[in-house]
Amino acid sequence: MTTDTTPTVTAGTGPEPLLIEQSRPGTPGHQLPALDVPAVDDLEGQLLRSELRVPELGELDVVRHFTHLAQRNFSIDSVFYPLGSCTMKYNPKINEDVARLPGIAHIHPLQPDATVQGALQIMYELQNLLASITGFRTATLQPAAGAQGELAGMLMMRAYHLDRGDTKRDKVLVPDSAHGTNPATAAMCGFRTVTIASDRQGDVDLKALQAELDDTVVGLMLTNPNTLGLFEQQLREVTSAVHQAGGLMYGDGANLNAILGVVKPAEMGFDCLHINVHKTFSTPHGAGGPGAGPVVVGDKLEPYLPAPVVVRCDDGTYALDNNRPKSIGRLKGYNGHFGILARGYTYIRMHGPDGLRTISETAVLNANYLRALLKDLYDQAYDRSCMHEFVLSGRRQKQTTGVRTLDIAKRLIDFSIHPPTIYFPLIVEEAIMIEPTESESKTTLDNFGAVMRQIAQECEQSPETVLNAPHSQVVGRLDEVTAARKPILRW
Amino acid sequence: MLRVIGIERVEQLFSDVPEDARFPTLDLPPALTELEASRHLTALASRNVSVRDWPCFIGAGAYNHYVPSAVGHIMGLPAFYTSYTPYQPEVSQGTLQTMFEFQSLVCDLLGLDVANSSVYDGASAVGEAVLMAQRLTRRERVVLAGSVNPQWRDVVRAYVAARGVDMATSQISLESDGLREQRVLDLVDEHTACVVVQQPDFFGHVRDLNGLSDAVRERGALLVVGVADPTSLGLLKSPGEWGAHIATAEGQSLGLPLQFGGPWAGLMACKSEYVRQLPGRIAGQTLDHDGRRGFVLTLQAREQHIRREKATSNICTSQTLLAIGVSAYLSLMGPNGLREVARQSHAKAVYAAGRLGALAGFEVVTPRPFYNEFLLRTPHNAGWLQRELVNDKLLAGVPVGADYPGLDDALLLAFTEQNTRAEIDRLVEALGDH
Repeated sequence: MTTDTTPTVTAGTGPEPLLIEQSRPGTPGHQLPALDVPAVDDLEGQLLRSELRVPELGELDVVRHFTHLAQRNFSIDSVFYPLGSCTMKYNPKINEDVARLPGIAHIHPLQPDATVQGALQIMYELQNLLASITGFRTATLQPAAGAQGELAGMLMMRAYHLDRGDTKRDKVLVPDSAHGTNPATAAMCGFRTVTIASDRQGDVDLKALQAELDDTVVGLMLTNPNTLGLFEQQLREVTSAVHQAGGLMYGDGANLNAILGVVKPAEMGFDCLHINVHKTFSTPHGAGGPGAGPVVVGDKLEPYLPAPVVVRCDDGTYALDNNRPKSIGRLKGYNGHFGILARGYTYIRMHGPDGLRTISETAVLNANYLRALLKDLYDQAYDRSCMHEFVLSGRRQKQTTGVRTLDIAKRLIDFSIHPPTIYFPLIVEEAIMIEPTESESKTTLDNFGAVMRQIAQECEQSPETVLNAPHSQVVGRLDEVTAARKPILRW
Repeated sequence: MLRVIGIERVEQLFSDVPEDARFPTLDLPPALTELEASRHLTALASRNVSVRDWPCFIGAGAYNHYVPSAVGHIMGLPAFYTSYTPYQPEVSQGTLQTMFEFQSLVCDLLGLDVANSSVYDGASAVGEAVLMAQRLTRRERVVLAGSVNPQWRDVVRAYVAARGVDMATSQISLESDGLREQRVLDLVDEHTACVVVQQPDFFGHVRDLNGLSDAVRERGALLVVGVADPTSLGLLKSPGEWGAHIATAEGQSLGLPLQFGGPWAGLMACKSEYVRQLPGRIAGQTLDHDGRRGFVLTLQAREQHIRREKATSNICTSQTLLAIGVSAYLSLMGPNGLREVARQSHAKAVYAAGRLGALAGFEVVTPRPFYNEFLLRTPHNAGWLQRELVNDKLLAGVPVGADYPGLDDALLLAFTEQNTRAEIDRLVEALGDH
């Protein structure tokens, strides 16, 4: 196996001036047709703005500017992007075509139902598809992203307890391996968070959990497989213990990509689950959004779903149902991220039941293969077979060579590989979290293994090469401390 | 691969999953090929009427403005849409610089000092602004103008409800000379964190906010101004010029397709002294070790991945791709283009109001001046009328009776530069026939 060790320059070469620096005053803006009704001047001066400082550029200037900027990005379409916990799988192009159909892209959310039957049908069917895949009863498609899905789920759990007259529950349990959004969401709901330790196997410590289970528990927020890439071995014991205490099980579906057709979360005792459509169902991550975060629920939480939900009427037509008296209300304007949902719907329909299971099997296979390739080079956080991702530790390199995980990540850039997630989960020292996804070929995985082997050698033989990486980009390591101390946040 | 792992079958990797629940049957339709999926989705899409098929006079928080062709192509650059949050700045300078530019444009447009790189939409931006005001003032009560978009108010209610907060909304009433609104200041007390108004308001009225900011601040609260159609800012005074402490806007009007409700982008800006309570991702300018300019995610000590339960918000993703679209739109339009969009949208609405108000039994009840939207009382139930006009192939506004009891006969109509005089005349004729 050979590896190209020559750093490649993949980004643009010079600095790209800011839009405002390229502004040429007097450049006409986009031209509209002449006004075909009488011009009016009825807005008094005190209502009008004094100046509008927006750059003035020609169309070609604008197109080139953004093209140059795009060249400064790594993306799935250009490089391997094993960013753990983010499921950076390939985003099929057909999804983009679907989203650009005029009947998808150019419909107003407040049109009469009769004029949007196709859109409502997509939403209705997607509610059912997501429920079938996860074993739940139905879904809300409203949340804009996973974190808003968490908020929806936790508000529903709160409403459930209050509706039963159970008013003293204010404690949310969160494992120490959880995403930061979990405790932040609990806080937004006015709850206090208690962190539950993980045991030596990387699972929820059942004893630590039981010690916190009392009649003030709202529920447990659990990611499964967890952020260590491990399927909770005592999952049923965990969920039944929480239920016995009167609590509910919130499922963080960030890692759903590992278990499609493998297990239904509802059958494991979860009461609801949010789904990151932009992870599991292949919709593009958009440089940091948009996502979509539908929540699937069982019978207990169904009455509290955000309104509206899409229903099928007796005459076969589809409608938005706002008549939901126990609903937690509305978390987002209009109908959720429909453009994203339509892409996810397309993806599910193109895979079907067998295809979905193959996705998860391949994602898990790829992760275990990479884990096997790397296990003698880097410490493993847990010596267990993993699900769709796994966590290494750079502590050996740090101790013996002074090279930290951050440096290893930066060095990967020189080989045109996007670094994995680093320093998360928080409970693993010098964590390197790797998620290859099912999209990648064995060739790509082998290349990654060879590059990681070379970097491990560099750590010992020429650590300065790693410490000073990357060597191939338009900028080197940036001064983040000054950026935060003396913030420059606009031109 | 199996040999390297040391197993014989892939199924062995799932031994941690309880056996009785392992590999369940999924009750899903069989897989479609790409061609079949394309046909199926095209058929579903064709069951929708798009705003390119029929004239659209629906606004109420989302507007059918023209999007220059280049915007969609820029948003379609794979290096933008298939990348993720710029955790590694050296390989994300494109995204980070666009975030910085977007923040700058939002500051200019809204007339404030600092902006984040976007939140989910205009509605959740108001929700986040309210939570931010509560943290800044350490007060709980929230006062909303009744003329704030009802969906935005619903979102605020859901966002603050968990903390048992009291929310007060000014009353809207219909008087002989048009719509009236109770003074929001009369609802402000010593527990009030903020006053939220929309500009122009939900009924299209351009409010005179002179003095409101000082009066709110004297009472220890903050003023939040939300903008539903920011093309209005091509002409109208910005929230910052009105003295807003926090401003929000729905970015959809600025180059983003309607998409049945999203994804769009929530714009959010504030005075500089409040920046540490601003939620969401923020990009900052800095230097690398060779003194080259670069951009990084900054002030991350506000955020959930660092602060966990003490974070300013649970928000993780922003709407970066949509923010890129907004930046592309604003730079293509320039100040003159945006002013022209505003001038034309306003003129079309004024023309329509003149003609519709002259119809027997119809009355424009939004107080003057309005921007590009107004409430029209009709001789009929407005929901019925809206559905009737589907027969005329017109998307003729939205009824507001569900949110404003007593206004069951009123249609909210919006106009943009895309509505031709001929389309407006068709609307007038169709309404006049009912």
